[in-house]
Amino acid sequence: MKEADLVVIGGGPAGLCAAISAAKSGSKVLIIERNKDFGGQLVKQTHMFFGSEKQYASTRGIDIKEILVNELKMLYENVKVMMDSTVVGMYEDGVITILHKEDNYFKIKPKAIVVATGAFEKYLAFPNNDLPGIYGAGAVQTLMNVYGVKPGKKVLMVGAGNIGLIVSYQLMQAGVEVVAILDAAPKIGGYLVHASKIRRMGVPILTSHTVKEAIGKDCLEKVIVCKVNDKFEQISDTEKEFNVDVMCISVGLTPLNELLSMRGCEMKYVPQLSGSVPVRNDNYETSIENVFVAGDACGIEEASSAMVEGYLAGLCAAAKIGHKSNDYEVKRAEFEKQLYNLRSGPVGQKILIGIEQIVNR
Amino acid sequence: MFEQTGIPSKDMIMEKFPLVDRINRGPVAVVECYKEIPCNPCQTACKLDAIKVGTDINSVPKVNFENCSGCGICLSKCPGLAIMIVDGSKSNYTVEVKIPYEFLPLPKKDEIVKGLDREGNYITDAKVLKILNPKSFDRTPIITIEIDRKYLYDIRNIKVEV
Ligand code: SF4
Ligand code: SF4
Repeated sequence: MKEADLVVIGGGPAGLCAAISAAKSGSKVLIIERNKDFGGQLVKQTHMFFGSEKQYASTRGIDIKEILVNELKMLYENVKVMMDSTVVGMYEDGVITILHKEDNYFKIKPKAIVVATGAFEKYLAFPNNDLPGIYGAGAVQTLMNVYGVKPGKKVLMVGAGNIGLIVSYQLMQAGVEVVAILDAAPKIGGYLVHASKIRRMGVPILTSHTVKEAIGKDCLEKVIVCKVNDKFEQISDTEKEFNVDVMCISVGLTPLNELLSMRGCEMKYVPQLSGSVPVRNDNYETSIENVFVAGDACGIEEASSAMVEGYLAGLCAAAKIGHKSNDYEVKRAEFEKQLYNLRSGPVGQKILIGIEQIVNR
Repeated sequence: MFEQTGIPSKDMIMEKFPLVDRINRGPVAVVECYKEIPCNPCQTACKLDAIKVGTDINSVPKVNFENCSGCGICLSKCPGLAIMIVDGSKSNYTVEVKIPYEFLPLPKKDEIVKGLDREGNYITDAKVLKILNPKSFDRTPIITIEIDRKYLYDIRNIKVEV
């Protein structure tokens, strides 16, 4: 069995930042990434980020990935990477098991672990929701922005959160017609600057609307939508039809953290963080010693805060295993301040309420 | 309604515009960012201290129209594409407007394109005066158009016919 200092599970924005800050602290880091490339969702994010300069605001997600990976390369003495590798188990004795390229299965026992596994998409229940042509927003983004394939000609977007709004915009940039964006909530969930950007392209946004039914023989041909009341019940005689070949479902994300549950970390269902998340302390350490978390895996938020959480978790995890950097206190305070700033507005309120429920001080 | 549709009301728009007198003196930024979000690249981009978000990154940006030179640097830096520049100094009948535009094909100089409002409705023809797309704008080209002055408060987008 291999011994390792610090293992970071996941090479998305949070994992990359955790690895960078741990390696800078002098810790030997091994990043385990399931895909063939780093970046997680960043590789599909062709739009510019919000936030401040410190979280690479105004830079496009695809370029932030390059920035982070280049920074990692400068730290090559302390960083090893293992691509195409999935962590399949985390055990009580601290051992983690990894499957590399589907045939090489092995074990590692690290001193500490940062789990930055991200999130998965929620789905929506309605008749015929399995017709070909109905995609999750992540799939649409992967098709277009990673493989350069248009998912179809006419799209109905379900979900007016930031992802729904951004993916709509990207679809239009790719030359695909977006017939409407609908959302069951009474208000647009995403940033209104995004909404205005799409609205002025002529795309209607229908709040308090839901999908009643999808229709099609071999693939999607038509979607019937209707209004909902404030209890999200469908209102009869309010149906509208859209002839589309694609419906894109973008109704939110849920933290992806089976590994933490498997390891026996204390978990808690927190609606404000969009699912079941690990209880942790201020250092991003879970109820299991030396198991840390960062990013969407411990609560759905923006990529900007996921990156800062990554830096913070990496710093703390390295310190815990004996690599406390000289400027530990300064850096810690700086990251805390950035998170505080990002969350201090109305958008952050919900997140803060959620975090209150899981942080043991 | 804005929170249901994404379309700002006339009052909201007017609040973000400088007085006509300022517009007639030369180019000036109009920052249509209405809601508190954690974002401040507009402030970082402006070297003339014309846009202030302040210490709380969630505050809505405030523009000091007297400081603004209309240079347009902030336009391509705003991830919300919420900023445009208006200039009424060139003529009594028309105004020049600069907008960010991230679609292909780009219009050509002197081309007549469709001018759209904040709902994407066609309102008037617009003449393309300039297309700026340097590397520093990072794939957010800035298009300068000329339109009839009476659409100053309505124009917000263009459509290039393919
Ligand atoms: S146009 Fe130039 S001077 Fe005016 S606010 Fe933008 S960056 Fe500042
Ligand atoms: S950069 Fe744009 S979206 Fe961000 S605060 Fe400034 S105006 Fe608003």
